[in-house]
Amino acid sequence: MDTAYLIETIIKVVAILLIFSALAGIGTYFERKILAFMQRRLGPMYVGPYGLLQVAADGIKLFTKEDIIPTNVVGPIFRLAPVITAATAFMAAAAIPFFPQFTIFGYTVHPIVADINIGILYILGVMAVGLFGPLLGGMASANKFALLSAARTAAVFISYEVVSGLSILAPIMMVGSLSLIDFNNYQTGGISHWIIWTQPVAFVLFWISAFAETGRTPFHLIANDHEIIDGFGTEYSGMRWGLFFIGEYANMFFISFVIPLIFLGGYGDGSLLGALGLIGKVAFFFFFFLWTRAAWPDVRPDQLMWLCWKVLMPLAVINVVITALVMMF
Amino acid sequence: MKMEQFNDRNVADNGYFLVDIEDYPTDSWGKFKRVVKRSFKGELFVGLWVVMREMLRFDIHTVKYPQEKMPIGPRYRAVHEMKRLWESDTERCIGCGLCEKICISDCIRMDTKIDENSRKEVSEYTINLGRCIFCGYCAEVCPELAITHGGEYENASEQREHFVDYDYMLTPIDTMKAKAQKEFEGFGAITPHEDERVKKTPLSY
Ligand code: SF4
Ligand code: SF4
Repeated sequence: MDTAYLIETIIKVVAILLIFSALAGIGTYFERKILAFMQRRLGPMYVGPYGLLQVAADGIKLFTKEDIIPTNVVGPIFRLAPVITAATAFMAAAAIPFFPQFTIFGYTVHPIVADINIGILYILGVMAVGLFGPLLGGMASANKFALLSAARTAAVFISYEVVSGLSILAPIMMVGSLSLIDFNNYQTGGISHWIIWTQPVAFVLFWISAFAETGRTPFHLIANDHEIIDGFGTEYSGMRWGLFFIGEYANMFFISFVIPLIFLGGYGDGSLLGALGLIGKVAFFFFFFLWTRAAWPDVRPDQLMWLCWKVLMPLAVINVVITALVMMF
Repeated sequence: MKMEQFNDRNVADNGYFLVDIEDYPTDSWGKFKRVVKRSFKGELFVGLWVVMREMLRFDIHTVKYPQEKMPIGPRYRAVHEMKRLWESDTERCIGCGLCEKICISDCIRMDTKIDENSRKEVSEYTINLGRCIFCGYCAEVCPELAITHGGEYENASEQREHFVDYDYMLTPIDTMKAKAQKEFEGFGAITPHEDERVKKTPLSY
């Protein structure tokens, strides 16, 4: 392992950390603004021009708040849980190619931290580990709302992993690789080569389970404010709560990268246009997360389970079988 | 917009009808059919379209409060004001004591004496706003329209008692000289242009 590679990797890691922490903050700004516009409000307006500095104000607030560890909580786990959520969200980013490779000062940069050949498996696995944050945080807290939320997390955890895994199996069979770069190269031939045309069912299923895994409306029942206060976050305050928050928004961004990379052609042939196209697709998927939050109601936990085990999972299995049959003959 | 449809209380023959709700399915085949129907009917997209339409229309209803303020209704009962006579700029209150008597929370306290012209004069007048429930009886009973409610709702103090005192309630003499004293329209007063602003509840999404 030579020094240049090491330095490059460290720079990439730091860049991803900084950019996506900032994006997570700005994501909350967009969320407030877009939800406000959809509800005929203005959203944040006073801090900075059009409320842009609201993010900074919130950051200062979160960082300077007292770090409260309530009595009766299981201290070490309570402290650890938010770190799990935030850390795994960023760890998943390691296998995501954010841009096509480009040359700068005669040096070719691959904007992916580690092009491991099991990229998708790694991302799904690490994102699943991220759900341990809410689970442990909820169980370590000393109130029933957090406990309920932990139970729901466990339920979502075991059910939607199945759907996302099975739905993505069919595209993996077609491409024959688990690396996201191979997925991208499989679809470089333009829009007609996108996997979404051959695997529309897998696309919809994966999209639905992305909502469950990021815990967004209509599957927002892990921290459903109107039923169980803030769920696992009820006893958290200050920066520990902020870590959960950053983790959630970073997760939304990363999953918004993964969906286009797998199904919608990613960055295409690697030109500048392709890179901009990827940003556009990511922006759309992120926007869709906010859009559904304004438009759709939440489902009940039992409906979520019903949907997962009786509808989505059979569909995913049928999809895999049909894909296999088509590929065989 | 016509007012008839709002004044007409005879709702039965006025376009009201029972909504046609399907029976709930009882067997599993019926339930399955309902699931399929709901999944492919596209109702979720109606919801998405509605919020998107509102966003594109950008018909914002936010009032940017400290810079912009909504006009307050004339019936609003904020902290009290004492009015002056238009003719002589003196206080309207004649010290009859009716407001003190009627106040249900016993918060008005007044003292009167006979002044050098043998006229009754109010020497002491306080309202304990810490007890006042802003019922408006004092303003209603006052024969001289002297004590009224104002529209000032931006009060801040360590205690409610300190919101106003008598000198503050009394219309300033400068305002009076400028003929700028506002009368309290009071009970049953209708907000200006209220008829035009009445709208049906928008249920037709
Ligand atoms: S508003 Fe009611 S409670 Fe307040 S002073 Fe007048 S009569 Fe008393
Ligand atoms: S009822 Fe009116 S006139 Fe009589 S004492 Fe009270 S404020 Fe004065």
